[in-house]
Amino acid sequence: MAQIRIENVRKDFGDFTAVQSSTFTIEDGEFFMLLGPSGCGKTTTLRMMAGLELPTSGDIYIDGEEVGQKRASERDIAFVFQMFALYPHMNVGKNISYPLLSQGVPKAEVKRRGDDVASILGIQDILQKPVGGLSGGDRQRVALGRAIVREPKAFFMDEPLGALDAEFREHMAEELRSLHDRMGATTVYVTHDQLEAMQMGDKIVVMNHGVVEQFGVPQEIYDWPATMFVANFLGSPPMNFLEYDGSVSPGDTQVRLGDATLAVPEQIEGHRGGLVLGVRPEHVRIDDNGPLRGKVLATEYLGTTQIVTVQTQFGEVKSRIDADIAVKTSSNVGLVIDERTLTLFRAQTGAALRSSSNAGVLSHG
Amino acid sequence: MADIRLEKITRRFGDVTALDEVSMTVPDGAFVVLLGPTGAGKTTTLRMVSGLDAPDAGDVFIGGESMNGLTPAQRNIAMVFQQYSLYPHLTVRENLAFPLKSPLLRTPKDQIDAKVAAVAETLQISHKLENKATALSGGEMQRVSIGRALVREPSVYLMDEPLSSLDAKLRADLRIELKSIQANSGATLLYVTHDQIEDMTMATHVGVLDEGKLVQMGTPREIYEQPVSIYAASRLGQPRINILPADLFGRAPDGAKFIGLRPEQISQGRGIDSTVTRVERLGDQTRLHLAIHNHDIITVTDAHTGLTSGDTVAIAPKNPHFFDAHGVRMPA
Repeated sequence: MAQIRIENVRKDFGDFTAVQSSTFTIEDGEFFMLLGPSGCGKTTTLRMMAGLELPTSGDIYIDGEEVGQKRASERDIAFVFQMFALYPHMNVGKNISYPLLSQGVPKAEVKRRGDDVASILGIQDILQKPVGGLSGGDRQRVALGRAIVREPKAFFMDEPLGALDAEFREHMAEELRSLHDRMGATTVYVTHDQLEAMQMGDKIVVMNHGVVEQFGVPQEIYDWPATMFVANFLGSPPMNFLEYDGSVSPGDTQVRLGDATLAVPEQIEGHRGGLVLGVRPEHVRIDDNGPLRGKVLATEYLGTTQIVTVQTQFGEVKSRIDADIAVKTSSNVGLVIDERTLTLFRAQTGAALRSSSNAGVLSHG
Repeated sequence: MADIRLEKITRRFGDVTALDEVSMTVPDGAFVVLLGPTGAGKTTTLRMVSGLDAPDAGDVFIGGESMNGLTPAQRNIAMVFQQYSLYPHLTVRENLAFPLKSPLLRTPKDQIDAKVAAVAETLQISHKLENKATALSGGEMQRVSIGRALVREPSVYLMDEPLSSLDAKLRADLRIELKSIQANSGATLLYVTHDQIEDMTMATHVGVLDEGKLVQMGTPREIYEQPVSIYAASRLGQPRINILPADLFGRAPDGAKFIGLRPEQISQGRGIDSTVTRVERLGDQTRLHLAIHNHDIITVTDAHTGLTSGDTVAIAPKNPHFFDAHGVRMPA
């Protein structure tokens, strides 16, 4: 088990900078998510931690030891890929114990550890079966078993559930998380799926264009994003952005958007010029007396809730409300915004302005 | 544009009956999503309509015409598969224009250019038009293959998990695009997916397949609120509907074996005590994992709930569903 520390790590591929200068710490026993869109540098970061790529500069520490230039085989980690490969000519039990046999571990110990892993994964009854006829889930469990059996310091997983269908992916996500809770092994997990990251992670790093945008506890960065990129990447639908020109000063507790005055958390930072008011869909209510006015463009039924899209003079605003509230398309409605949850951003840079509410979250990571 | 009608389609593969007398009508301009786990017969249904495979019994009609014996090319359909296939030696622009250059269509060049530009814009690939198809990422290739179906304006579109290989974020964007393309063009669309958000937000109708049988067809709201069975109820809704012994919360109607509770059918703060086993924070909502006498229940609660594992919450059913011993929903 291990703490992993990344300091000023950079990776260039020729002219292309895949990772600019990443710094973050993964604590011992954490389930840690590297989240971002395709090409953001998350997989490259993971591969550098694993020793499959060497950083151009910067340091990587596993349990205090600098391993940046060490080979993968010298780092005592286990890697689980999206496309897991099993040995087709071996049965389940042999596939799981193979890493130990190849290391020359005594037979009795191989058996004991193999059995332990099988019981952790709940696959004791298929140990004698050939891998050929297994379901996708069992194949995935066998691949995991092969990683677990070595008792490595850390597990690295690159979208291990990406190839599975949605229903099954959700099930495996639960299973992986509860497996982690039982074993407590440091796990670093790459995904582009924000829901998967929110659901499974103790901590999340959000990356974009090779840069760490924010680092922290899922609910905290969801509630208090450091940048518009994070606000937009987390959440489905993402945070609404109301764009306007104006000014805000330290100490302000309200802002003016056109005719509407909206309360906001007490601001610590001020800004004049292009501003963006960010609000999550679940914090927008439809109420005829609301200060913001707009016209309903569409409603999307989601079962428990519905998403109502309203055109306002500051842009489209999506509201997530209970599905049993009747809302008519094309009707004019008022919107009420929960002021406790608002974030103001600089329009030009996308950086959040500090307020009494988000300062705590923004100060770390 | 055209409607699609299946009449008692049966298809067997050896001993396996992949489709068992499936009858269904996809109305003109509808967006129909077929739903069911792997092996339910979704893709086989699409292949029947496309002409890639022929039924052992039954008929397919498109726009009122029998498709018996017609090849895929003769059916005026466009297909998008999960696995994209592009012409690797052509640029994105040439790939998109290819269907329009068919000698049968004789599309003027300026029209081809305009259509390609419009489709590229919609799918956010305008900046890649001059790239070779092989120089694209997987997500970009899939957008091009969707684009190639869109430029043709056929009478029906058939799509088999077209978004499943894409980034979650891009998938959300394209969902909205596909829906608005379909709504604006009035195209008829038959769509297969595993992703229930796609079912709920894009479909005008959902068809639920279970081992080759069509068990329910209706609007997403009908399937969600009035499922015919536990099976149909379990296909939609996240978290999934909780299925529990009918008498867990007290007397159940005669003949009821199970009670079905979606999160909005569970009221918190009254009723019988449950223990919180896990609190799962998803940002916009928090899922509560509860236990009552070894029965697990998942519901949702306020994002910033103070509840933690080990706490006790009283819960009670609110307008629940009841199902009989066969899993069939009983009238309320």
